Amino acid sequence: MTSYLRPRTLEEAAVARAAYPDWMVLAGGTDLMVNANHKPTPAGILDLWRLADLGFIRVEADAIVIGAGATWHEVERHPAIRERLRPLAMAAREIGALQIQARGTLGGNVGTSSPVGDSLPVLLALDATIEVASVRGHRSIPYHAYCTGYRKTLLASDELIVAAHLPLPSAATRTTWRKVGTRRAQSISKVMGAAAITLDGGVVTSARVALGAVADRPIRITAVEDAVKGLALSQAAEAARMALRTAIQPIDDVRSTAIYRRDVAENLVARFFTS
Amino acid sequence: MKVTLDVNGTQHAVEVSPWKRLLDVLREDLRLTGTKEGCGEGECGACTVMLDGEVVNSCLVAVGQCDARTITTVEGLAKGDVLHAVQRALVACGGAQCGICTPGIAVCAAHVVDRGLLVGRDEAGARAQVRELLAGNICRCTGYQLIVDAIITAAREVAR
Repeated sequence: MTSYLRPRTLEEAAVARAAYPDWMVLAGGTDLMVNANHKPTPAGILDLWRLADLGFIRVEADAIVIGAGATWHEVERHPAIRERLRPLAMAAREIGALQIQARGTLGGNVGTSSPVGDSLPVLLALDATIEVASVRGHRSIPYHAYCTGYRKTLLASDELIVAAHLPLPSAATRTTWRKVGTRRAQSISKVMGAAAITLDGGVVTSARVALGAVADRPIRITAVEDAVKGLALSQAAEAARMALRTAIQPIDDVRSTAIYRRDVAENLVARFFTS
Repeated sequence: MKVTLDVNGTQHAVEVSPWKRLLDVLREDLRLTGTKEGCGEGECGACTVMLDGEVVNSCLVAVGQCDARTITTVEGLAKGDVLHAVQRALVACGGAQCGICTPGIAVCAAHVVDRGLLVGRDEAGARAQVRELLAGNICRCTGYQLIVDAIITAAREVAR
């Protein structure tokens, strides 16, 4: 029989996580409950849904901190996120549809760490830091180092995801997000990506470009980032396209083909610099 | 574990595995078979219910998570013999065919209309909004046009 615990505080949750490392950590269930009747029954459920300590969105002077339990619906309609972290609001709006957005959480996307997690390239492009907690204390992990392989992360077996810290882009930084799937709602992406491009007088001084669904994990495309540095925006698109060509090895699967993914990824990355 | 649910205004206590899907508890334990299973993957929306006022796929909710929470299913939309405005409109507009998606559509549409999510939009804007808000409810029969007509009709009636 599956055990069940609904902690009242993050501290209680961390104690339970340490005591029962084999239990499923469950929030909205939009990943973990898919085909639940055909999955092995978990030994226990550590239910973090609506845990107050994780359900916040906090606007600070130079960052927005989003609790792991914040839903996509809450992220999408938050005025400061819409205004200052537009790619995240855009991604939130295209994750599933109403039912999924009401339950799916930022912490779930980070925890599952699927290569097709729609918000994850945004976290890379916006240079997020992930705050995690355990009975041993809190620590911060730069998101670009967080994913270590296919659904593998630096999260230890006794740790819980607390929040994502997203620094506010400067006025000179343009941010974008784009997803390509079979339809706008409900589809798992064929390719999606996000970018943060900082300009000085029409010249790219730095860029962060991230893609999902083109590798075993969401990735920064450093070859593109290096190639566009110092170029005028008008030249950057073609340079980005050229650099991308050899930088990714997408795969054939049920949702798309490697060839199509490569073409779409090139177009997406080029468009980040033209639109 | 013992789970206490408020379903359509009635308290139910069930002894179940916390891992059992809310969908299965509604259908098997509470015999509320209006809620349908389509895909079991959170793609189709046939199993849509309201949980604490938000629309969710009941196939993706572990019932342990529902202890002391409030659920509305399609059976709870009508008040006695008086159908909800969206149910009347679905009938009047012919917004149903085989019926498998209809309970989920009705629950989602009731949420949209009762929350006033179409208020203040012109006809074209409201229709586009309905299509986005109902994007998680798949219908294989109708082509959606008559469903959209019904929800627009219901929203107008409720606003009146």
